[in-house]
Amino acid sequence: MANNVNNEPQIESALPITVKNLTKTYGDMYALNNVDVDIKSGEFLTLLGPSGSGKTTLLMAIAGFNRPDSGSIKFGGNEMILTPPHKRDVGMVFQSYALFPHMTVAENVAFPLKLRKVNAAEIKERVATALETVQLGELGNRDIDQLSGGQRQRVALARAFVFKPRILLMDEPLSALDKKLREQMQIELKQLHRQLGVTTVYVTHDQREALTMSDRIAIINGGEIVQIDTPDVIYNSPSNSFVADFIGESTILPLRADASGKLLFENQPISDGPPENMHDNGKGWALVVRPERVFISDESTSGDENVVSFDGIVKEFVFQGDSAFALITVAEKHELSVRFGTNSASFQNALQSGDKISLGLNLSDITIIPGDE
Amino acid sequence: MSWLKKAASDTQITHGNRIWLYVFAAIVMILLVVPTLIVIPMSFSDSQYLEFPPSKWSLRWYHEYLDSPKWMRATVKSLQIGTLTMLVATPIGVAAAYALFVSGHKAARLIFMFLITPMIVPVILIAIGAFYVFGQIGINNTVFGIVLAHTALAIPLVMIVTTSALRNYDLNQERVARSLGAPRIKAFFLITLPQIKFSVMTSALLAFLTSFDEVIISIFISGGVNATITKHMFSALRDYIDPTIAAISTILVIVSTVLLLTTQYISSREKKKK
Repeated sequence: MANNVNNEPQIESALPITVKNLTKTYGDMYALNNVDVDIKSGEFLTLLGPSGSGKTTLLMAIAGFNRPDSGSIKFGGNEMILTPPHKRDVGMVFQSYALFPHMTVAENVAFPLKLRKVNAAEIKERVATALETVQLGELGNRDIDQLSGGQRQRVALARAFVFKPRILLMDEPLSALDKKLREQMQIELKQLHRQLGVTTVYVTHDQREALTMSDRIAIINGGEIVQIDTPDVIYNSPSNSFVADFIGESTILPLRADASGKLLFENQPISDGPPENMHDNGKGWALVVRPERVFISDESTSGDENVVSFDGIVKEFVFQGDSAFALITVAEKHELSVRFGTNSASFQNALQSGDKISLGLNLSDITIIPGDE
Repeated sequence: MSWLKKAASDTQITHGNRIWLYVFAAIVMILLVVPTLIVIPMSFSDSQYLEFPPSKWSLRWYHEYLDSPKWMRATVKSLQIGTLTMLVATPIGVAAAYALFVSGHKAARLIFMFLITPMIVPVILIAIGAFYVFGQIGINNTVFGIVLAHTALAIPLVMIVTTSALRNYDLNQERVARSLGAPRIKAFFLITLPQIKFSVMTSALLAFLTSFDEVIISIFISGGVNATITKHMFSALRDYIDPTIAAISTILVIVSTVLLLTTQYISSREKKKK
């Protein structure tokens, strides 16, 4: 991750993007509400959010296809707001691929080079190299309708980087592929990004995809960036309940502050006080529990002051192959999602609903967020 | 008669059960087509008068038509007006359809409805209106005036055919082209137009046919040296009936049919490409 920010070699191939106070409304709905983002040169940034959150609006504003009401978008210091799309020099991949069906694979990839009046010999060479890069070296003469979904995806990609843009924008490029191919393409895209070193902005609604590919993830909801950070920070330290809920599985348990300011869950001390970097929204505090961080406690962990214990009753238990999922009722009214790793031994005595169970959670795995109610 | 007992579709209806439908469909087709086709044998008659069936066959009425400077002039006029109408209506109609399709503005639908009114309003009203307005500005009996009126009639057809083609087209292709470095107008000509070209060609032929077959407006506002062939036919029918009309009608039927078949062929090729 960090090596992408190393400057010298990348300055040629990538540009930072600075978005400031960007606002776009449709009627009285805010698609983007005063958005600020600093995208570093060569970074892979993912815009992640539910549909209608404004992530695509932001991407299209960077590409130049919609005109924000106010704010600024700079590429390496140059204001772009009034620059038409064709002068922004941005490679773009759409969800529908948008390949030109009246051209062959090679003609599609050559299109941006022809527009730039590159000479024929060089076009041929660069198209061949680009197709090699996406492992389609043999298919230059094919028609688009002879290609599979994955191959189309690669052609769209080759077409978007063949003219060496310093910014690459992708709008849910993998969502039309089946799961296996999608996961394979995620790794390939990541490798390609490392190879090209180009600043990449990627839109998706798939949180796993975002975690897999990104240097940083910007979580967008309701036209605002809710949290922007590296995948591990986003996952381990969500800044509010929306992020905690949207990224991965989680259970959010309400906390209560006692007279001294300590935070308690059902009379069990969790923390000496709210985390300092968190903004107190006046709605109390809550605890985020990741299902896979919870373990079944035994003698060895009971009494350990770094472990929080819960007693609960199994409500549901489901075997899912690589893991098992349980819903456990804690303190009679809260349902805790728990995920266990599976191995053949532990499932000889699989849990039954109604079983009493003792659970533990390391204090280091605890995240406290502002409450919701 | 085993055919009667065979299944006619995926349901177990037999051709025998369906026979009434076949008869009905045949009657409809006969009623639609026979009045048009009956002029064809009549045109090959040797008789002075329109007669069916002809007692004697000849090509004399075709000679009559082809040797008449008056008929030839009207024919050339009609071809000229049709071609000009096609050349004016096609770009305007395509541009309007594209703009209204892309814009997404609230008024777009309203403007679309407005532009296709010539198709809904009775042509006689357009003819009367055109006659008075063109009279005021002095362009009755001119090629310009007729082309103008025919263009108004042809634009709705061009727009409807083009819009339906655009519906099947992924506008993101044009966006991609723009992001790859093409100015918008170039993106349209390099990417969008090649993919709707068959529909544009179809609409151009329909625009030509609209003008070439048009009678009512021509009767009102074309005359003298700028009279169209349809106007001449109408006058000829009123003054004297001779089989020249049948000969010309036959030629018109053949021209129209060929053009319509061409549009069908073109649009089937477009579908195949998809």
